[in-house]
Amino acid sequence: MRLLFGMVFALTLAAAIGLGTTWMALTQGIAYGGVSIGAWTAWPKNGTSGIDPYARAIVARTGELPVGSGDGVAFYARADDSGQALDGRCDVLLSGITPQARFWTLTLYDFDGHLVANSVRRHGFTSQEVIRKSDGSFDIMVGPRARPGNWMPTGGAERYQLVLRLYDTPIGMATRSSSEVPMPTLRKGPCQ
Amino acid sequence: MIRFGLWLLGALLLAGVVHLVTILLLPSLATQDAYARVAAIAPVNAVVPVPAPTPENAVMPFMDPAFATSVCRYDLARGPLKFSVPISQAYTSVSFYSRGDVAYYAINDRAAGRRVIELDLMTGAQRADLPDNEDITRADRLIVTSPTRTGLIVIRALTPEAGWIPAARNALAAARCAPQ
Repeated sequence: MRLLFGMVFALTLAAAIGLGTTWMALTQGIAYGGVSIGAWTAWPKNGTSGIDPYARAIVARTGELPVGSGDGVAFYARADDSGQALDGRCDVLLSGITPQARFWTLTLYDFDGHLVANSVRRHGFTSQEVIRKSDGSFDIMVGPRARPGNWMPTGGAERYQLVLRLYDTPIGMATRSSSEVPMPTLRKGPCQ
Repeated sequence: MIRFGLWLLGALLLAGVVHLVTILLLPSLATQDAYARVAAIAPVNAVVPVPAPTPENAVMPFMDPAFATSVCRYDLARGPLKFSVPISQAYTSVSFYSRGDVAYYAINDRAAGRRVIELDLMTGAQRADLPDNEDITRADRLIVTSPTRTGLIVIRALTPEAGWIPAARNALAAARCAPQ
């Protein structure tokens, strides 16, 4: 009887912890080998055959295709520079310059990777579209209310993420820190 | 108490095994991965345009809305494929994904260095069967080896501004992906 109880206890606990940790790993975005620069993180290895099993499982679950390393690299931000989660009801000023790349695109998604509906149907900027200052840097206001200049609408979504994709770029697996690579800053402004 | 501790230890070890096995098996068990999503819209060995993502509808999550995209869902069972696409004005890239959605190769217009990106796609076995003559090993013939028999070729042309969309679509419409 004791043996039976022990086995049932052990198997139940093993299944609960095993499946629980798998679910956590898939949904909490735990992935190895990330390159973090300021608020931004990229996983350049995910665009190669060397992708780790955790990232493969995440990709299989979400149904996305990672950017191939011969194509470009994608940087993700879910929080601003101070670590506060990006909130679509608040203004966030994205400013600065991007690392060297032939083109870049900036896109706003919800946490599931869907575009966020908004009145002007703008979901991102490309390096050609963005209005720059005389020194080549730019400001993009990410927020719920329309702005003159570069305005990225959040559609009032509570939580969102920004993805900055650099195409035809030397940035990749060899990149380690912000001393080599300038990424735009994300500063939170007033909320609605 | 010691007995309980042993059961707990056993449970934790087994939990580790369950965790690793599920992580490793998931890619082959997933039914809504990118390959499956593309299979729903694309026949085998043909280039098919992928509708641009909108907030309501997207074939795959995390698609870049600044690109026109086409896919070729390939099957090398009947032999190698010849692939070609003319490059568009801004930026064109061709990415190869295995059946398990691993990005094993990607090339862009600059790396191709020509007006047309042209290559042969084959499995490792088909490549090993290639006759060893100079014509075939010519440096200008780009051969890509697929780790799996089936997979996806994703062709993308950047539309830096909305006005570029028709030109990018046209370039992609001229892409070919067919058995030799």
